[in-house]
Amino acid sequence: MSSNILMLGNEAIAAGLVENGCAVATSYPGTPASEILSSVAAWQKATGATMHVEWGVNEKVSLEIAYTAAITGLRSAVAMKQVGLNVASDPFMSAAYQGVKGGFIVISADDPGPHSSQTEQDSRMLAMLAKVPVLDPDSPAQAREMVGLGFELSEKFEIPVLLRPTTRVCHAGQNVPAVEFSPSPISVDFTKEPSRWASTPKFRLQQHLQLVAKLEQIAVHPATAPKRINPGVTAPKAVLACGVAAAHAREIMTDSGLIDTLPLYQVLQPFPLHSEFRDRLLASYDQILILEETSGVIEMQLADRQRTRGKLTGFVAEAGELIPETVERLLKDFAGITGDAAAPVDTAGGRKPTLCPGCPHRTSFYAIKKAAPHGIYPSDIGCYTLGLNLGAVDSVLCMGAAVSQAAGFYQAFRLAGKETDIVATIGDSTFFHAGIPPLIDAVTQNARFVLVILDNSTTAMTGNQPTPALGSGAMGEPTVAVDIEGLVNACGIRFCQVADPTELPDFIALLQKALAFSHSNGPAVVIARHPCVIDRRRKVAPPRRPVTITPDCTGCRYCVTSFECPALIFDEQQKRVHIDRLTCQDCGVCVHVCPVGAIIEQQTEGGLQP
Amino acid sequence: MSDREAPVRQQLIISGVGGQGILFLTRLLAETAIHRGLAVISSETHGMAQRGGVVVSHLKVGGFPSPLVRAGTADGMLVLNAGNFRLQRPFLKADGWAAMNAPDCAEQVEGPAMHRIDADAIARESGLRQGTNLILLGFLLAPGSPFPFFCTAGDIRQVLESKQATRGNLVTQSLRALEAGLEYGTTYYLEAPGC
Ligand code: SF4
Ligand code: SF4
Repeated sequence: MSSNILMLGNEAIAAGLVENGCAVATSYPGTPASEILSSVAAWQKATGATMHVEWGVNEKVSLEIAYTAAITGLRSAVAMKQVGLNVASDPFMSAAYQGVKGGFIVISADDPGPHSSQTEQDSRMLAMLAKVPVLDPDSPAQAREMVGLGFELSEKFEIPVLLRPTTRVCHAGQNVPAVEFSPSPISVDFTKEPSRWASTPKFRLQQHLQLVAKLEQIAVHPATAPKRINPGVTAPKAVLACGVAAAHAREIMTDSGLIDTLPLYQVLQPFPLHSEFRDRLLASYDQILILEETSGVIEMQLADRQRTRGKLTGFVAEAGELIPETVERLLKDFAGITGDAAAPVDTAGGRKPTLCPGCPHRTSFYAIKKAAPHGIYPSDIGCYTLGLNLGAVDSVLCMGAAVSQAAGFYQAFRLAGKETDIVATIGDSTFFHAGIPPLIDAVTQNARFVLVILDNSTTAMTGNQPTPALGSGAMGEPTVAVDIEGLVNACGIRFCQVADPTELPDFIALLQKALAFSHSNGPAVVIARHPCVIDRRRKVAPPRRPVTITPDCTGCRYCVTSFECPALIFDEQQKRVHIDRLTCQDCGVCVHVCPVGAIIEQQTEGGLQP
Repeated sequence: MSDREAPVRQQLIISGVGGQGILFLTRLLAETAIHRGLAVISSETHGMAQRGGVVVSHLKVGGFPSPLVRAGTADGMLVLNAGNFRLQRPFLKADGWAAMNAPDCAEQVEGPAMHRIDADAIARESGLRQGTNLILLGFLLAPGSPFPFFCTAGDIRQVLESKQATRGNLVTQSLRALEAGLEYGTTYYLEAPGC
């Protein structure tokens, strides 16, 4: 126990990768998967393993780089969140056909709930579509073991393997053994075989047939077969659980004594479901409860609605997370136990998320609302989605859609002969990820809107990963910095200006200029450049401009409601605003916000007034 | 701490809002459990909520398979943001307790055993900007505290000190905050005021 250390699920997956000789690891950050690659980088440094570790520009590129390493015989992995797998689904589907040489693991972290995602989609369904086997861990420790299992499975059958942790695994912490690393030699060999690596449709049919045959074999592979948790217990009913729901079920059945009366199986590989197991299950039990997140993937493969109780039969809800209180109620209903189970704790309510005090995005949004008070504001995925609170975000669809939705709004209104201000916002990392193709499209179609690129030189929401513009990579190594202005200009944009949004009056004026340009000439871009306040890697710290509130404050609440900096606190007793010195970042922007000028820059050093 | 028996199985909720160092506190406690030779599993909140929204950690010490605490089973709660208490109170079991950071008694409710400290005020006064979390922990672990806990302030100190080499400044600040909480708690429990 003393050699144990604490690891998050994501750190444990990273440890598994490094221990198992993964040579190439790539990722695009996204909650709940973000810490996987940063931990790989940390373990690589600690062990000196020979590895290429990179934050790819998006999930598709990341998957393609890691996959290609695997066809040269190296072990490789790519990590992303579930919606990232949508972006990477094109190479994912084809990689299944062409197969691999070295072990290749695609880690797609699902977010039942959803806690920090656009959808609750089940990556295992995409794996079924691609005909790729899936491993579904219940804990950090098991996720780490499954990396080893996954590499073996992948190499034995020359097939990509999907490792599908969920939020409750990725962000669970657990005591696990420390990393054990022994270096293995790197040998690369690419054998030219065009019928495989550049397969035309004729060969693709052959590859599809091979893939089907591989899956049949994988469905009898002993190492990933379901586990019986309580051998010896017999009953006409049984419970099948997988992922973290298996951990909940084990704990609840132990607490309630059901573990001694109800057979419990844990499925490690939900797709393809082991064929002998499936037949034995259907031959032995009248009723089978299936606990899995988020869709009925195991259930579909059991295909006997008379006996199964799950998502497809309506016994388990189709949407939402399987939290322990729900699992408890389901287990008791299934076992025929009456009596109350505790109601789940309501997780809604309480303080809602907001941009940090001093966040430059807040200033950009405030300026956008001033410059285009009646505009339409498409936005995108990142911290700045929280511009919602300021009424400066009207639509959020998926990565990069701010730009295409701005164009879509323009075209729709144009057809009706209406002209309206459209100001879209996108983060720098999201712009690199998926914003460039729609910007090219906007130029060719002359879509008239202003795009504000919120450039804080980092991927803030997910933990400040580097962007291609930063000039340093996942390991802190120097990289070639890509220039956003250059990219924008190369797309054919004829109005592109950079400014600091915290210079508020100037920034509003610039937006007005950009809007005027857009109405007469076509798309305009403003790059709002100012570092993220919580980015420890930022190169320059912004100037500190401490502010204070004078007795002129009328208590109108304008700054609290329209600017919404959490460090501006309305004092209900005194009926005026004060500044929370614990959280204020001294950005000085609120000076421009107060309509009566009661927020002023502090003249003298020290002696801060609350 | 001799007046309290340290339990080896404990389910805890740590509740606050993004920016209060909930994850740091959760990991520190989890590492302290490991330091004491106990198995641990926890669950953290990441993503959007970390931007000032409600952040709740679950911490289960002593060999639990599931990372989540069920309603009505938490032994105790560390409440860094008083406004959260009403929301998350259903996690507590009937004889559960809460240690709360609050400026006043507004969130005090009937029922659970509860002690309060204005950790934000202490943080402000001692210039410990990020110290609210450890001040509350020090308060909870101070001599005289009636709440059973799986570790002592001494354990916390040891685990913090073991990180000195890599995270020097943070460790120094955390130790200072822990001491500030302990100091306040020591007199508080002697006087044993109501709210
Ligand atoms: S983390 Fe950075 S980008 Fe995100 S809200 Fe805070 S200051 Fe803004
Ligand atoms: S200076 Fe004003 S806007 Fe900036 S963080 Fe402080 S209170 Fe908020």
